[in-house]
Amino acid sequence: MIKKNFFKKIYEIQKKIRVVEEKIASQYSKNKMRCPTHLSIGQEAVAASSGLALQKNDISISYHRSHAHFLAKGGSSKKLFAELHGFEEGCSKGIGGSMHLVDLKNNFYGSTAIVSNSIPIGVGLAYSLKLAKKKNLVCIYIGDAAVEEGVFFESINFSILKKLPVIFICENNFYSVYTHIKDRQPEKRKIYKLASAMGATSHLFTQDNPFKLFKKFDELFKKIRKNPKTHFVEVETYRYLEHCGPNDDTLLGYRKLQDVKKWKKKDPIDFSKKYLIKNKIFKISQINNLDKKITNFVDKDFNYLNKLKKPQFKNISKLVYKR
Amino acid sequence: MTKITYSQAINKALTEEMSRNKKLVCFGLGVNDSLNFFGTTKGLVKKFGSERVFETPTSENAMTGIGVGMSLNNNPCVMMHQRLDFFLLAMDQLVNSAAKWHYMFGGKNSVPITIRLVVGKGWGQGPTHSQSLQSWFAHIPGLKVVMPSFPSDAYNLLKKSIRDPNPVIFIEHRWLHNIEQETKKIKYKNKQNLTELISKGKDFTAVSYSLSTIEMLSIKNVLKINKISFDLIDLKSIKPLDISVIKNSLKRTKRLLVLDSISHPFCSIGSEILSQLYREKNIKLIKPPLLKTLPDIPTPTSTFYTRDFYIKKNDILNDISKLVGKKIKLKNSDTILHDVPDSNFKGPF
Repeated sequence: MIKKNFFKKIYEIQKKIRVVEEKIASQYSKNKMRCPTHLSIGQEAVAASSGLALQKNDISISYHRSHAHFLAKGGSSKKLFAELHGFEEGCSKGIGGSMHLVDLKNNFYGSTAIVSNSIPIGVGLAYSLKLAKKKNLVCIYIGDAAVEEGVFFESINFSILKKLPVIFICENNFYSVYTHIKDRQPEKRKIYKLASAMGATSHLFTQDNPFKLFKKFDELFKKIRKNPKTHFVEVETYRYLEHCGPNDDTLLGYRKLQDVKKWKKKDPIDFSKKYLIKNKIFKISQINNLDKKITNFVDKDFNYLNKLKKPQFKNISKLVYKR
Repeated sequence: MTKITYSQAINKALTEEMSRNKKLVCFGLGVNDSLNFFGTTKGLVKKFGSERVFETPTSENAMTGIGVGMSLNNNPCVMMHQRLDFFLLAMDQLVNSAAKWHYMFGGKNSVPITIRLVVGKGWGQGPTHSQSLQSWFAHIPGLKVVMPSFPSDAYNLLKKSIRDPNPVIFIEHRWLHNIEQETKKIKYKNKQNLTELISKGKDFTAVSYSLSTIEMLSIKNVLKINKISFDLIDLKSIKPLDISVIKNSLKRTKRLLVLDSISHPFCSIGSEILSQLYREKNIKLIKPPLLKTLPDIPTPTSTFYTRDFYIKKNDILNDISKLVGKKIKLKNSDTILHDVPDSNFKGPF
């Protein structure tokens, strides 16, 4: 059984991601975050439970929708907000924006914008772990469209060939921008089976119960650290807002309102809250206090932006090459 | 007097750097086959093991990204391709990852990767085995591009590239691999200026790099017989490009030939040099500058076509004659073998 503290953490990190993302969504229309921004609202559970199951020395790397992965690996919401606003205090000094986050202190090696671009880089990081004989793993977050790119197959082939400690976590939210997976991949072919056919040890997890999901990730990661091999996990998930930006997009008509409703009804954060109360792990008042604490913390991090000065263009040419 | 070839010099540099830095990793298709990547990787697996020196799947894009990942995690890499043309499959990882990483994450870490690319010529290499795309790579901020002409420079620049914390594209012309130099000239010089005046004269300035430098040297004697001498500037580094050596030379000679003989003309390194010089205040040329490149046509395969596709020695001499206003007596024997590097060469690779 997971300890009480872990219940708290799993709930807390999910909630924090959501509050951060909602803060971004609510402030986006002020036009101060001038970068393409892909919010994770609805998809927090995968990031939270896998992120918590990772050790600090485990590495993770991600794609364009990466705020949740960054935060779950320990990334600072202050630095995330600053990055989105283009300040030098941002995690990537304002050069990268929402799609290029980094936090080397916590071994979050980066998120990148081109579909599947970070996959081989994650595999390379794992090869280095192998060379250095380290007992850690690399977690590569991908979306469902990533397996449509050739580089995915090139990379997983090499990873399996060299028995690298890699966990692919595929967040299948069914859409590549507004195009449904049924228009992109054969309907009856499951992504995790594709990975299995390549030779990876493959699993299908669900996000409905984030505590169970954590346990599964935790066991799997321990196994990989002990016996380095390439594993693949597919989790079906759903984003509530538009592909890129802060708005509800059900009016666009590419997805059915009832689908959105169906997923919202089994929202993992709501589930977590009810689960904690029902199982008498926490009282309602304790959870409400925790929520309030998280909101205050996030507000404080956001308000910190008011203190920041405009960055200077003359400084950026120094970043092109390492001297 | 012992001599060393260009490919042996590369082998020496790789062996020494692998010994010097135990974290350095080396990979590519052919690194451990029976031909050892034109002899340049001979003995590496035996000496350093198959974890640090390895053959790769035929997966150019992934392997480039894997190299970026390793180099971000304390394992600098040398990656290699026997023809540059295959590396085009890896442009996402080169341009969007390797070149940008240091910049786009605010200088948090960098990508010490050296990518060796071999350019083919002649013996029917054709449209997709002969491309030399240094001007593409040089266009991308974040990349460095070097193209050494001599064994000593190949040795020195490969070492420098490997020790550079940034991604470096190291382009080798296949026809240079058998070029020899005295072994004693092979020395590591960290502080050496990249672009160099390698031969001094008075009638005009010639700027060249890689194989074109060797081509310029091959007509030196004919010009001498015809009482013409020239400054020969070997670029060695394409990016960064050091224009100052060229400027200094032109102040004396006031005549310029850029021999960019392994490139197409549009947006070439030669046209970049001319453009930079045009914007200079103190450069006054007596004659319009000459830029010699391949035609704006992909390389043909047939030897009947390549005869006219590649630049011939006599073409260069005719142009020089006009540039300096002196007649040059041409001999038929001055025509270089156009589709093999030397008479010993038997194709196909």
